[in-house]
Amino acid sequence: MMDMLKTENLCFSYPAKEGEESVPVLKNINLTIERGSLVAILGHNGSGKSTLAKQFNAVWLPSGGKVWVGQYDTANEAVLMEIRRRVGMVFQNPDNQIVANVVEEDVAFAPENLGVPTEEIRQRVDAALAAVGMSDFAKHAPHLLSGGQKQRIAIAGVIAMEPECIVLDEATAMLDPRGRRDVLETVCHLNKEKKITIIMITHHMEETEIADRLIVMNKGEVYLDGAPREIFQQVNELRKIGLTVPETVKLLYDLRQDGVDVPLDAISVDECADAICAALKK
Amino acid sequence: MEPILKVENLTHTYSAGTPFQRNAIEHIDFEVRPGEFLGVIGHTGSGKSTFIQHLNGLLKPTEGRVYFNGQDIWASPTITQQTRFHVGMVFQYPEYQLFEETVYKDIAFGPKNMGLSEDEIDYRVREAAGFVGIMEEWLDKSPFELSGGQKRRVAIAGVLAMNPEVLILDEPTAGLDPAGCESILAEIRQYHRAKGNTVLLVSHSMEEIAHNATRIVVLDDAHIVMDGTPREVFARAQELIKIGLGIPGVTQIALALRARGLAVDPAVYTIEELKQQLLRLKGGEAVC
Repeated sequence: MMDMLKTENLCFSYPAKEGEESVPVLKNINLTIERGSLVAILGHNGSGKSTLAKQFNAVWLPSGGKVWVGQYDTANEAVLMEIRRRVGMVFQNPDNQIVANVVEEDVAFAPENLGVPTEEIRQRVDAALAAVGMSDFAKHAPHLLSGGQKQRIAIAGVIAMEPECIVLDEATAMLDPRGRRDVLETVCHLNKEKKITIIMITHHMEETEIADRLIVMNKGEVYLDGAPREIFQQVNELRKIGLTVPETVKLLYDLRQDGVDVPLDAISVDECADAICAALKK
Repeated sequence: MEPILKVENLTHTYSAGTPFQRNAIEHIDFEVRPGEFLGVIGHTGSGKSTFIQHLNGLLKPTEGRVYFNGQDIWASPTITQQTRFHVGMVFQYPEYQLFEETVYKDIAFGPKNMGLSEDEIDYRVREAAGFVGIMEEWLDKSPFELSGGQKRRVAIAGVLAMNPEVLILDEPTAGLDPAGCESILAEIRQYHRAKGNTVLLVSHSMEEIAHNATRIVVLDDAHIVMDGTPREVFARAQELIKIGLGIPGVTQIALALRARGLAVDPAVYTIEELKQQLLRLKGGEAVC
């Protein structure tokens, strides 16, 4: 099967101001994102992670190299609609993404623009709201919802386009813990049940635990790439670039420094507790 | 010691007289003493924003009183205005409130409104900039040329420059990366140590609160439901989870270890503490 997304020697610089040199933001990135995967992209501010995300549905186009969405080259303007329909984006600020005064009208906005027949729009909107657990709010006014609820409406708006891939660009950064959890559960559900490819941009280490694959960006380059379990063990490499590891791994790492024989790959609280118990028994 | 801020029987009603009438906070009694570093937690809708906006007179109580240094802050318009200088508030995403042509002018805005002399303003601006790591050469730049984290520092400096006796920060690290969060918190701790002022930190991050505050106030459903040291508050993990709040990752691990029969303190909230307890257990007889 064809890959969902692919970058080939992707380079990118923002247009420079007059008299200034443009600074490369993305340097020679080669990535393949498999269909149906849940990929987290992590990096500190300025690492290029959001710029990379915006390459995936042609918000930005490469300064060098190529980005492929399935069979489509993002630089080909003739297929722009095809690309945007396949890859939906959810951004950081829920308040900037809602256009209508009623939740269900907001969710219907994209399929309406795609010229979907009215009957089918109705079905899509209902299905999308159900998928994010917001069916009860169909007739509500979006501005009275919580941040987490608004983000789920924004996600529903993307789902209603029936995309193959959803890119979430720090979509949980402005939410409280409960809102964050709701959005993450929704994302997992869409990935597992609807087989939608998910790319999650974040700097919350804890959120990346749900991913199959974790890509760490630094200074416009891919710094680490692998299963979260493998990446979290590289405590020193992560600290070097200003990122932290989950509390579980921090504790295991410190215990190891003091000579306790525990593994570093016990990421969840239960795994960590089991590992410590086993080590203390020895 | 006399409390620097005292709240008595505070109630605030939104949309009074309409079908949407509701009390965002109800009969709250609260005190904070000079020099305390207080953490304020509560999920969205718990009333914490409404609560803190009463502390410097941005909202007027529907019922009850707010005292600053023993004085009712609504006693006269002058006193209300003075309170706003003494109790400084850094809002969420304060960088959206920058408006001046230069960083210097933006930081100077508060002290200028206080009617201070040019020399004093200059001193205050440079001192505040120093606390949050704003470099000399940025002062003449437009704040809009700076990065998000730098802008936020400028906005915080604008409040520090008023030299408030009480500093209230509403989620000062929201949306920043881990390194950015830690450096802003370190700057706030440094400021607190140097000035000995009172700090109220509102945050959703239990780790952030655990590592900084010496006392924690928990709001839920319009009331203060817990008020104590981090140890006392985090010992009530089940209740915290029930009201939709988390507990620090370390505390979660400690609880999981106890469930497996290890005799660790359930209210432990730093990695170092838990590690020391585990090392002691390893030395003795481990029970698992």
